[in-house]
Amino acid sequence: MAVGMPENVFLTRLDAAANWARSNSLWPMPFATACCGIELMATASSRHDIARFGAEVMRFSPRQCDLLIVAGRVVMKMLPVLQRIWQQMPEPKWCISMGACACTGGVFDTYAVVQGVDRFIPVDMYVPGCPPRPEQLIAAVIDMQEKIKRTGTLTGKEFETRTTHMGPQPFDVDELRRMREMVPVEGLTIYDPPKLN
Amino acid sequence: MVEANTTVADLRTQFGNELTESSFRDNHRVHVPPEKALDVLTWLKEQRGFDMLVDITAVDYLEYPDATDRFHVIYLLLNMTTKERLIVKVPVNLPDAALPSVVPLWKGADWMEREVYDMFGIDFIGHPDLRRILMPEEFTTFPLRKDYPLKGFGERHNFPVLTRAES
Amino acid sequence: MPLELSEVSDPIAADQEYLWTLNFGPQHPATHTTLRLVLTLDGEKVVGAVPHIGYLHSGFEKLGEHLDFNQYVTIVDRMNYISPIANELSWHHTVEKLLGIEITPRCKYVRTIFGELMRLHDHLLNVGAVALDLGAFTAFLYAFQQREKIYDISEYASGQRFHSSYTRVGGVLFDVNNDWVEKVRKFVREFKPVHAELHRLLTRNRIFIDRTKGIGVLTPEDANNMSVTGPLARASGIVRDLRKDEPYLAYKDFDFKIVCARGGDCYSRYVVRMQEMLESIKIIEQAIENIPAGPINIDAVTDITLPAKPAVYRSIEGLIQHFEVLMPNRGFPVPLDEVYGATESPNGELGFYIVGDGTVRSYRARTRPPSYIHFAIFPHLIRGHSLSDVVAVLGSLNIIAAELDR
Repeated sequence: MAVGMPENVFLTRLDAAANWARSNSLWPMPFATACCGIELMATASSRHDIARFGAEVMRFSPRQCDLLIVAGRVVMKMLPVLQRIWQQMPEPKWCISMGACACTGGVFDTYAVVQGVDRFIPVDMYVPGCPPRPEQLIAAVIDMQEKIKRTGTLTGKEFETRTTHMGPQPFDVDELRRMREMVPVEGLTIYDPPKLN
Repeated sequence: MVEANTTVADLRTQFGNELTESSFRDNHRVHVPPEKALDVLTWLKEQRGFDMLVDITAVDYLEYPDATDRFHVIYLLLNMTTKERLIVKVPVNLPDAALPSVVPLWKGADWMEREVYDMFGIDFIGHPDLRRILMPEEFTTFPLRKDYPLKGFGERHNFPVLTRAES
Repeated sequence: MPLELSEVSDPIAADQEYLWTLNFGPQHPATHTTLRLVLTLDGEKVVGAVPHIGYLHSGFEKLGEHLDFNQYVTIVDRMNYISPIANELSWHHTVEKLLGIEITPRCKYVRTIFGELMRLHDHLLNVGAVALDLGAFTAFLYAFQQREKIYDISEYASGQRFHSSYTRVGGVLFDVNNDWVEKVRKFVREFKPVHAELHRLLTRNRIFIDRTKGIGVLTPEDANNMSVTGPLARASGIVRDLRKDEPYLAYKDFDFKIVCARGGDCYSRYVVRMQEMLESIKIIEQAIENIPAGPINIDAVTDITLPAKPAVYRSIEGLIQHFEVLMPNRGFPVPLDEVYGATESPNGELGFYIVGDGTVRSYRARTRPPSYIHFAIFPHLIRGHSLSDVVAVLGSLNIIAAELDR
């Protein structure tokens, strides 16, 4: 060896080092709205103990977090809040959609429930189940870590190049009425949600 | 339940015979015309000791077989001393679906009436703060009416989409 | 020291410029799920609170008009996710009242045991979460350890650990067996030391007492006037428990007490919940040793419950019966009438108002949600207390957002 390396020094790529650090200390932001929130609590508490995977530092302030866990159904009134929280989280950030309701609306195919949060915010990982068992959530966290290690870069390039996940597009209202063969209701103005910023 | 029957009998001597009575299982119901509703409820609370209002709800009878009125507002009353229950049903019809508020009698009626207003569009005259409670303020229809479909008119799809590039 | 209500002069007057407004929620750790409060503060003193709810309104009642009596049990499960089976009991109690069904003694006992397990389930989480909000993390972990055991018990009986969907019209999903009974016995044995430990952690804990005693006092008159039921009313000294007043299931067979306190404050609510757990354990102990033998579902001939599987596979009558029950628009006869039925859920009186229109779907399925009614009293309770007491009062009310908003 021409150049001697001192002991306890190893060489790696900066990307890999960043990924290693990021993936092993994910700080989840528990956006717990319903039943899945209780399973999220169960995951964090005694028997399942998510601390074993370095993701136990639940911070309820989005500014401090890098992993959004949407646990539970998101309804019309809550969606602007969710979008605001997603915008407030600093890069790099990831999102786990936990439970059938957050993924697709689940059993709540009703007027008020958003049919999958991926229609309105980007989602990296889907956890099925109603609610998913804690083991399943832990598995999702491990998969998330794998994903970060595989695709992450120091400067967050993957967020620029990754194809934008759009999800299903919102229906046109007239098309929706045609699909359901509904008669337009007299004098109905469609609900206009408050705009973001 | 002999007591319930005497209550209803007393009600009828007090307020006239248009109050009809029915019962099913252990539920005793009295049907009251809307203009007498507040008087009957006041009398029940003050003379008969129905000091707890268990619930206020409404039913939309649009598609119900043989229904004559569009809505019924239903007051579930409970006497805490004798544990006697009584259901008061008041018919309400469009276009001006309105009833006097019972918040002065039972403070617990506050949110219950707001919910009925939110879900059915029935006004409660004299309510201190009648706003939408469950649905967003901007919402224009009343979801629990029978002419509103289960899946709504597409309101749930009507939001801006955030993408990776934007956020 | 809590302030007297009279000290708060003219709560939200416009000319008081020093008042400021604080938005609390809908995403906040101490709101547990999705509650939002707009607080008006004078320094650190709360002079007004306006709750905004509906952040989890998912149309349960509308859904109830589109699902049949057995399907809707999966939805009521999700209404109170802290004690799911308690909701199922209440729903099917009311449905059976509408249909005029008397369930079998064995079913009554099994349902009673589940009802009481769910009461433990709820109170454990509540006690743990109150402690967590006030800064005591250990009690929360202790409580959750026990909750996991209750999850195991309901998983063993129904196959799902969380939302069991265990009851059916006229019976339950699967019969329980001896292993299950043994599991419950083991749980009961192991629960008491943990309960005692929770007591030692919290009941005489100086900090805990300072944070909860005298906070959020609810007088019995107000409790009645504001329709408060359940542990909250009992903590205010109202002796009312549907298990005693209008006995349903098998409660009249058991020896238990109604737990009441006089204080009406957060601490009394905590004490009532702790004592109720012991009463629940007492009921489970009596019930588990006396489960009657016999069928768990009512007779399948009535067109209401599914026949046993051997009958389906081996006889044409059983097969026909099976399809009669399962096929849409066949099912069982439903009276053209309406009924209100209520049970004592862990949170208070949980009632359903069902309107039957002759089909197997309810025409209207109204829930009388205790959380909704209890959250309405929050502005009344918090007025005059300091900002840090908000979490103590919220925790002691045990608001379940899904039940609140439905």
